Amino acid sequence: MAIKEVFAIPARYRTWSLALMGVGILSVIIGFFLYGTGEHPARFWATMLQNSVFFLLVTNAAMFFLCATTLAMGGWQLTFGRVTEAISVAVIPLGIIAFIVLICLVTVDPHVYHWLHPHGDKILEGKSAFLNKGFFITWTILTIGLWIVLGYKMRQLSRETDNAPLGDPETGRRYIFKNTVWAAIFIVWFALTVMSVTPWFWLMSIDAHWYSTMYSWYTFASTFVSGMALITLFVVFLKNQGYLEFANEEHIHDLGKFMFAFSIFWTYLWFAQYMLIWYANIPEETVYFKSRVTSKNHSGPYTGLYWFMFCINFLAPLLILMRRGSKRNYTTVTFMAILIIFGHWLDFYQMIHASLFPDHVTLNLFDFGVAAGFVGLILYAVGNALTKAPLVAKNHPFIKESIIHHT
Amino acid sequence: MAVKKFVVGCFDDEGPLFDAVKKVRKSGYKLHDVYTPFPIHGLDKAMGLRDTSLHTAGFLYAIFGTTSMLSFMTWVFTADFPLNVGGKPHFALPAWIPITFEFTVLCSCVGMVITFMYLCQLAPFVKKHHFHLRATDDKFVMVIELTSKTNESEVSSFLTGLGATEVNVQNAETGWWLGRYDKEQKLFVEGQSETVSA
Repeated sequence: MAIKEVFAIPARYRTWSLALMGVGILSVIIGFFLYGTGEHPARFWATMLQNSVFFLLVTNAAMFFLCATTLAMGGWQLTFGRVTEAISVAVIPLGIIAFIVLICLVTVDPHVYHWLHPHGDKILEGKSAFLNKGFFITWTILTIGLWIVLGYKMRQLSRETDNAPLGDPETGRRYIFKNTVWAAIFIVWFALTVMSVTPWFWLMSIDAHWYSTMYSWYTFASTFVSGMALITLFVVFLKNQGYLEFANEEHIHDLGKFMFAFSIFWTYLWFAQYMLIWYANIPEETVYFKSRVTSKNHSGPYTGLYWFMFCINFLAPLLILMRRGSKRNYTTVTFMAILIIFGHWLDFYQMIHASLFPDHVTLNLFDFGVAAGFVGLILYAVGNALTKAPLVAKNHPFIKESIIHHT
Repeated sequence: MAVKKFVVGCFDDEGPLFDAVKKVRKSGYKLHDVYTPFPIHGLDKAMGLRDTSLHTAGFLYAIFGTTSMLSFMTWVFTADFPLNVGGKPHFALPAWIPITFEFTVLCSCVGMVITFMYLCQLAPFVKKHHFHLRATDDKFVMVIELTSKTNESEVSSFLTGLGATEVNVQNAETGWWLGRYDKEQKLFVEGQSETVSA
């Protein structure tokens, strides 16, 4: 059988992505008229914020993975490297949507960020040098803009070799060096955004009186593990369609290890944040868990959701992905990838909604509809991006290392 | 364990070794083991070895560590010696997680090291037979066990034909025994088929 080099979108794939996007658009419209108008439009905007930011960070994690492995001189990921590149293309449409949502949140002001009105509030006035509209908008533009630009540069570098073999080892070395330089720039920017300032702005500032130094790492862990799950899903899908003949269970095994390890990492951060707050027992900190956890003298409405999310984000990956065989089994890995993405979507749900609506859980079809829309958009954007270039970067200096990869 | 008779073939390179392993298995000779200076990817598969169950052992040790530490702390802090620490409940689960975690890791890794040593028959003050000392340096040593259906000259010529540069026949104890490497011990007496212990 001839090697299938370029992805052709199957008809069913296109139908599904368009249908899911249709469901999403319908949900947004219905949701807007149900919740987005009137006295309390926060319900609508919270869901938009949750979904747009979550899926933006998940797709951007693919580019982070690419840059991190490039910097580490990794070779094993190259058999499916074009898949991670294609996923990172989805940062462009998702970034635009997230940008519109975030700008609306501070300009239209649907009562999501109460730091927009700091007058008379000592704590918020003290934080206003950081938490203000101008800085928020500038930082949001810079964040999303530079992700898109640097991601584009990384993808360009990868395409460069497709029609022009590198020839002698010296050219190859220079090519790798150029890759590491751009990857390093992306990583530094990633550190300044996802791993520190950006989640403070976009998510943590919902609880403007409260803060946690773990928060950005927590957000990063949550979205990175989902990003690895998304990469795994696309690799398995393409394998099933008969593409990526060089990617095999060795690569799936390593992706499974990433999902396993970063689920544990997420739990570590989750626990570190929880335990320190529990142990210190300072009212201004414990207030965060008031709506999330039920204790002896008080009941939090989100407690069921919170522990359910904990179970599928920690216990399930720990127990199911621990065995070597299950990380090499396409069915188990696919199932776990879907479970992990869903679990971290719920995590983002409680991060935003449990702060804005502490009195009762409002999760309903609207949230799932919007999520379906974003899934459809990712399917559509990634599918399109996959058709634009050969699925294997056959002239990359490390490609052989990836083909003979053995765990 | 018992003293058995082996044909030992030395190879200079791992290339012919892979081929030889496949052919030995195909021909039906009893492959005892292969000793190499460094780990060789895929050799375990070529030899038909099953996956190690060391991981399962590690998991069981970990479960033991988790349950024993959690139950011990529960007993100490709720029944035996309850203390009021900053008004926290006596059953202070979050505070115990780090200790439980560390003890789990400790049990798992120490248990696995000991299991690994036992499986490889490595320990202080015990000794194992070395088929060829240069297997730790630059030789790839394949050992075939002689059975009642094979004779040594046939196996020796078979190994030479596969590319072995040096072939010899040895009587060796397969297990470990108390002893020292700087002292020679006679475990096998010529003409006697029974096991002789050191």
